[in-house]
Amino acid sequence: MNNMNLLPVYPEIFLLIAASAILLIDLFVSDAKRHVTYLLTMATLAICAVLSLADVNSGLTTYTFHNMFVSDPMSSLLKVFSYIAVGLTLIYSRQYASDRGMLSGYLGGEFYVLALFALLGQMVMISGNNFLIIYLGLELMSLSLYALVALRRNHAVSTEAAMKYFILGALASGFLLYGMSMLYGATGSLDLTEVAKAAASGTVNKTVLVFGVVFLVSGLAFKLGVVPFHMWVPDVYQGAPTAVTLLLGGAPKLAAFAICIRLLVEGLLPLAVDWQQMLVVLAVLSMVIGNVTAIAQTNLKRMLAYSTISQMGFVLLGLLSGVVNGNVFSAANAYSSAMFYSITYVLTTLGTFGVILLLARAGFEAENLDDFKGLNQRSPWFALVMLLLMFSLAGIPPVMGFYAKLAVLQAVLGTGQVWLAVVAVLLSLIGAFYYLRVVKLMYFDEPVDNSVIVINKDMRVALSINGAAVLALGLMPGPLMTACATAIVKTLAS
Amino acid sequence: MMQSTFPVLSLVIWCPIAFGLFVLAFGRDDNPALVRGVSLVGAIVSFLVTLPLIQHFDNAAHGMQFVEKFAWIDRFNIHYFLGIDGLSLWFIPLTAFITVIVVMAGWEVIEKRVAQYMGAFLILSGLMIGVFCALDGLLFYVFFESTLIPMFIIIGVWGGANRVYAAVKFFLYTLVGSLLTLVAILYLYFKSAGSFDILTWHKLPLPLSAQILVFLAFLMAFAVKVPMWPVHTWLPDAHVEAPTGGSVVLAAIMLKLGGYGFLRFSLPIAPDASHYLSAFIITLSLIAVIYIGLVALVQTDMKKLVAYSSIAHMGFVTLGFFVFNEMAVQGAIVQMISHGFVSGAMFLCIGVLYDRMHSRQIADYGGVVNTMPKFAALFVLFSLANCGLPATSGFVGEFMVILGAVKFNFWIGVLAATALIFGAAYSLWLVKRVVFGEIGNPYVAKLKDLSAREFFMLGMLAVAVIAMGLYPAPFTDAMQTSVADLLKHVALSKVN
Repeated sequence: MNNMNLLPVYPEIFLLIAASAILLIDLFVSDAKRHVTYLLTMATLAICAVLSLADVNSGLTTYTFHNMFVSDPMSSLLKVFSYIAVGLTLIYSRQYASDRGMLSGYLGGEFYVLALFALLGQMVMISGNNFLIIYLGLELMSLSLYALVALRRNHAVSTEAAMKYFILGALASGFLLYGMSMLYGATGSLDLTEVAKAAASGTVNKTVLVFGVVFLVSGLAFKLGVVPFHMWVPDVYQGAPTAVTLLLGGAPKLAAFAICIRLLVEGLLPLAVDWQQMLVVLAVLSMVIGNVTAIAQTNLKRMLAYSTISQMGFVLLGLLSGVVNGNVFSAANAYSSAMFYSITYVLTTLGTFGVILLLARAGFEAENLDDFKGLNQRSPWFALVMLLLMFSLAGIPPVMGFYAKLAVLQAVLGTGQVWLAVVAVLLSLIGAFYYLRVVKLMYFDEPVDNSVIVINKDMRVALSINGAAVLALGLMPGPLMTACATAIVKTLAS
Repeated sequence: MMQSTFPVLSLVIWCPIAFGLFVLAFGRDDNPALVRGVSLVGAIVSFLVTLPLIQHFDNAAHGMQFVEKFAWIDRFNIHYFLGIDGLSLWFIPLTAFITVIVVMAGWEVIEKRVAQYMGAFLILSGLMIGVFCALDGLLFYVFFESTLIPMFIIIGVWGGANRVYAAVKFFLYTLVGSLLTLVAILYLYFKSAGSFDILTWHKLPLPLSAQILVFLAFLMAFAVKVPMWPVHTWLPDAHVEAPTGGSVVLAAIMLKLGGYGFLRFSLPIAPDASHYLSAFIITLSLIAVIYIGLVALVQTDMKKLVAYSSIAHMGFVTLGFFVFNEMAVQGAIVQMISHGFVSGAMFLCIGVLYDRMHSRQIADYGGVVNTMPKFAALFVLFSLANCGLPATSGFVGEFMVILGAVKFNFWIGVLAATALIFGAAYSLWLVKRVVFGEIGNPYVAKLKDLSAREFFMLGMLAVAVIAMGLYPAPFTDAMQTSVADLLKHVALSKVN
């Protein structure tokens, strides 16, 4: 094994260089020409996608930097979807950000550069095979996102959200780091492969290991935003500028999923019995509190925040179904279901916030539920897109969300925990109610706001493709499901 | 199983959906006439492509016909698996036929967002046909659930004053039932070692306790859809608030999805549980037939009256299924098809009156025959069919079910037969109050008789009702073999 093999790190290296270059180039770009920065950013993402797609196709698992960094099919696939998520976010938010002065004056094009650095952090998280590397990736992402949330610094709500996000995020990082240090103390290694070996050997002090796992799971729960570590989610989702909400509600969920797999599955599978029990509690609480609280919301961003909490509960359901009675036959099935769920969630969320950004204009946020009244009369096409997205979140066929729920439910039933599946199903019924309400507002009510919706061409195309993809992947979910399954199988086998 | 050379079932399913999407995508609200024309052409073409099914259907053959099977989602061994037998054959042309009627019914009545209205109905038609054709459990579920979306929109956008409540109630009620069914489907998937094939599930041995749970989970979905007492309360709301076309589709086809579900899932997959719980289902059915019949009698809103009468009629259907003899099961299927024509026609008649008077209250009418003689003739015909007059389609099914029930247990038969009296009572009393008598008020005096369009669509249904009443053989012949096979299958225990 070549310990300094740079091939697997090409996407990260390229992104780092490109982001730094864009930072410099942007200094010489006037406000009127900000689209240069935008185009350079999009080109960067496209090239990264080409590099990662090549890795997906090769299907190889390569370790480098003394096993600190791994490029495997799971990481490449998740990275590709992260580029898509960030790319779509930037397309959707261009007009929005420029209307709000986030792309001019003293800020310059830093919105784009920070987004790229956050993405770089996510990529490092996705590929980290070492406690410290994962932590570094996490911090790179989080610090960029803190700055992004606070980008409108003369805006009280945004600043408050940024403070909350920063303090709670730092606390979560502390939890995670503390857990890692305990595991390091018990096993004597930061390398996930070594940790797994030590944990499996049975020679390690179990109490310390379990304590470490508790802190680790708490930290991950913070990052995923599941109950009872969810307090930051609604405030930050609502307070952050919508474009930034999408940046932190989209791609980072993929990275969070990846570190769950790395830390819990690859590193601590021998302790699955312990962390699976914790995840059951977190998952059920998230689905209950997320779904029930969402009903009471009048602010759409806040409602979607609670919806996210419940959706993350579903991801956990997939993650906790891997090991049954100590055997791992169904592990690949369960984890690939959770992965498919995460990707589905991200694609759907992108579209949903895309529609919010579409309706927003200078001085108007379009974040209240009532702002969606009568959308069908104002723009039938985008009302239809939103309808598909809402039914996808609610898990109604024939849209993508249904197959995600199906995959996770079959994984749960595979463990024999029928009660858990029934609870999940009944709680998603409660969820259906508030998604239906959005459809009701769009279709059944008369518009209150009759202003013409102005849409950039690139946004119109991207949002249409986003909506169509949610339907198309519902009619033909096979290939993506298989891709997830293959990626997980290969990743677990290595 | 006969593999089909030409994918005729796919054509039948996707043809209306393709037309629906086309209308949705290119229909402009500033040119509704064109939208209506294209939709009508789409509906008629979709109906015509179902006719080869009847022509080429082999009445004597066992098992599925026109089968198409392709891998759809490899990961979970899900197939795009279509096929029909005698149980499902006639529902397909019925659905397509009703869609033609519905498009005509909305012709001048629907003025806002015509393209969306027509598109929703065409797509809904394809989805419902898909339910009748699907032989893969998950494919069935996808079609079954997808129908909720267009119906939700139809009720909510073009419905009456209280439409939002009715639409949400309809959606959530149906969703509760079907979500538990999803759990049952996944359970069967594990029990059958990873297969979603309904025909494999038919052969799958299951212990009685598991069969009962599976049966109850399916019952949740199908009982809500049928609807059976006591989970019927969504139906009167949905019917009253839905636009005429929505009520027609709801009564004529959507309720049958539930009835068909019993035949395709509950009975053959859980035969022992079906026998074990038959007394329970028969009791619920009799309550529906008798109690709901009485409830229908006291309604003051015409649409509500017909809605309750639908529930009572569907009680006959479930009763027929669970007395387990050929006569009754055939009668139940015939009853479903006949009810498709009759209830559709009743709702259209009410729609015709509503379009003129904007009232559904029985009290607002009286003496309609004086101003609308053509309408009155047809309305009386459909009302008589609704109460099961011989020589109309309504008689055939009810008579067969009662005969079958008597064979099973005399008293059940007697109880079911009394329901015919209630049926006659509420139908004839409705006719008396609305159609006959003195002209009730000046508005009735000004009513115009049926337009050519209305006469044509009601006339087509009248022909269907009478033809089926006089000569039901094509219907019963087609289902004979399949019903016999089904009953033979249900008689064998699957407990191992």
